[in-house]
Amino acid sequence: MGELTETPGRADDAEVPRPVESVRLESVTKRFDTVIAVDSVGLSIGEGEFFSLLGPSGCGKTTTLRMIAGLEFPTEGSIRIHGEEMGLRPPNKRPVNTVFQNYALFPHMSVAQNVSFGLEMRKVAKAERTQRVAQAIALVQLTGMENRKPAALSGGQQQRVALARALVNRPRVLLLDEPLGALDLKLRQEMQSELKALQQQVGLTFVYVTHDQEEALTMSDRIGVMNQGHLLQVGPPEEIYEQPLTRFVADFIGRTNLLDATVESAEIVCLANGDRLPAASGLPAGAKVSVSLRPERLAVRPRDSVSPDMLALEGEVDRVTYMGNAVVYGVKVGWMTIEVRQENEPGTVRHEVGDEVSVTWVPEAMSLVVA
Amino acid sequence: MTTDFGVVPDLTPEQEHESGAPALEAASERRAARRGFLVALPSFAYLVIFFAIPLVIVLVYSFATRNPRGITELRDWNVEAYRALAEPLLRSVLVRTLVLALLTTVICLALSYPFAYYMATRDSEVVRTLLLIGVMIPFWSNFLVRTYVIRVLLSSSGPLSEASQSIGLGEVDIAFSNAAVLIGLVYGFLPFMILPLYAALERIDWNLVEAARDLYASGWKAFRRVVWPLSRPGVVAGCILVFVPSFGAYVTSDILGGAKNPLFGNYIVNQFLQARDWPAGAAVSVVILAVMLIGTLVYFRTGGRTL
Repeated sequence: MGELTETPGRADDAEVPRPVESVRLESVTKRFDTVIAVDSVGLSIGEGEFFSLLGPSGCGKTTTLRMIAGLEFPTEGSIRIHGEEMGLRPPNKRPVNTVFQNYALFPHMSVAQNVSFGLEMRKVAKAERTQRVAQAIALVQLTGMENRKPAALSGGQQQRVALARALVNRPRVLLLDEPLGALDLKLRQEMQSELKALQQQVGLTFVYVTHDQEEALTMSDRIGVMNQGHLLQVGPPEEIYEQPLTRFVADFIGRTNLLDATVESAEIVCLANGDRLPAASGLPAGAKVSVSLRPERLAVRPRDSVSPDMLALEGEVDRVTYMGNAVVYGVKVGWMTIEVRQENEPGTVRHEVGDEVSVTWVPEAMSLVVA
Repeated sequence: MTTDFGVVPDLTPEQEHESGAPALEAASERRAARRGFLVALPSFAYLVIFFAIPLVIVLVYSFATRNPRGITELRDWNVEAYRALAEPLLRSVLVRTLVLALLTTVICLALSYPFAYYMATRDSEVVRTLLLIGVMIPFWSNFLVRTYVIRVLLSSSGPLSEASQSIGLGEVDIAFSNAAVLIGLVYGFLPFMILPLYAALERIDWNLVEAARDLYASGWKAFRRVVWPLSRPGVVAGCILVFVPSFGAYVTSDILGGAKNPLFGNYIVNQFLQARDWPAGAAVSVVILAVMLIGTLVYFRTGGRTL
């Protein structure tokens, strides 16, 4: 609020309600001896946003989260939480709480004692503490389990305790480090929707670390994709999926076919087989790029049914995988095999191995990524 | 208990269930149990012959009669030897022994905990192993020799005294004193404290400390509320392992304390070898045993099972 009153006369501030910034990272770098775990990451997370850091293991996402929590300190760069520079401030003095990967529940304390720990440390009066602990436990639907020890709980229940233990402190930012990683698939999917609902209910900023791209896509408002310490792309799930900027992002999020190509002119790229495709790259001629084609955006059809407005590659069906709701074809197009996913709808023509076919797509289905 | 030994590699429960027939299952379980008993039999026999039977003999002798010529006779059963425990002389020995054993335990704990903590928190496996070997090296030389060396170190002509004199602080002579016995006991039993503490601390998941810090605990609070309670099984085990042998210590006080400061252990030896009052010696032994037993039971009752 203070920021708004500082510039009362400016119209653009009044028209566009700018989201309040919750977490800001500026060229944050973390080196461990000679290894660069996080390389000059800059990031701005808005208040109430569900932000995911997505990447393979060892990409620096957990280190980034730990630096926000204060469990590691950046070698270089600055981290601000709600405008306040964190510097070397220890974790107990930061307005954030963490849900740890393996929950890190205190084994010698009951559920209620675990949840109450943070409030006790902050010397919240007993009456208020009891009430807030009961509320938090009810929020994660564990009422009745207060006196159990963590070892007597299932994985999903332990997960909920970890969540309640963090939420009870009403942090401004909740950090979650692969919180669902230890759960089996079905429970994980249930918890995903519960977590998302909970986040909307309490309106907190979530910074969520995961290596599961599906999890990130379904839950997040925005995703930051990391690899080898670099933050490669930040954007809403659709943007990350539809317009990946790099080969790594295109390949890591969902399934895709990456076709090597060379920029020929501002409007044309040239595939390895000499085919020319209309694609605006904005790159100089001769630049190496990849054309990303999602399997579900492609179609397999007989060669005689290809109309001139379609983009097409001729090939031969190499394998057919029946998946129930879909059929996945591998079509050999000379220098590579292209994966095509065909939804299993009534009346679709099924192709056999060895069929001479064309893989077709519309121009919008294609995205160009740098290598 | 025999079922613990009953799991033999060629007959896992899963395989038993596959066979299906309950009668067969029961028979195989019985066989496994019997085999387990046979495996444990040598240890059983050893414990019975060398521990259980001698203990019973000591208990019996503590109620026996000592005749005027100093011969113990197994008749006229009485509790005279126990009554003698209340005499002032014996009571002062008891108090001295108790105080020394408690002090030894407390000092050992205070010295060991930071060291065990340091060992347990080293990242490098090599460093941890080296520190652990360092703790055990004293075990590789003779206990008597080490105790005599301490006597030399502490005597008025020893290096400690010489150093003190050279800086003008006068002669140091603490050989044959309670302090000397205490130093000897702490030195002798330190590893018994360090090892269980290390074992307990090494098992602690250090993520828990991070979790505590994340939940607004200061470093000290995180230690008080998380590390200390989780290491308590090690603390209790170490304290028992130090307190019990210091309470019964004999050699250390004999060499370092001299004849004028006897402990319970020395008193027992005197009763058996010099005073030839076997019932008295046996009674004191039984009392020590009972104290230890109660202590151990209390320990197991208060959650020592997690050890």
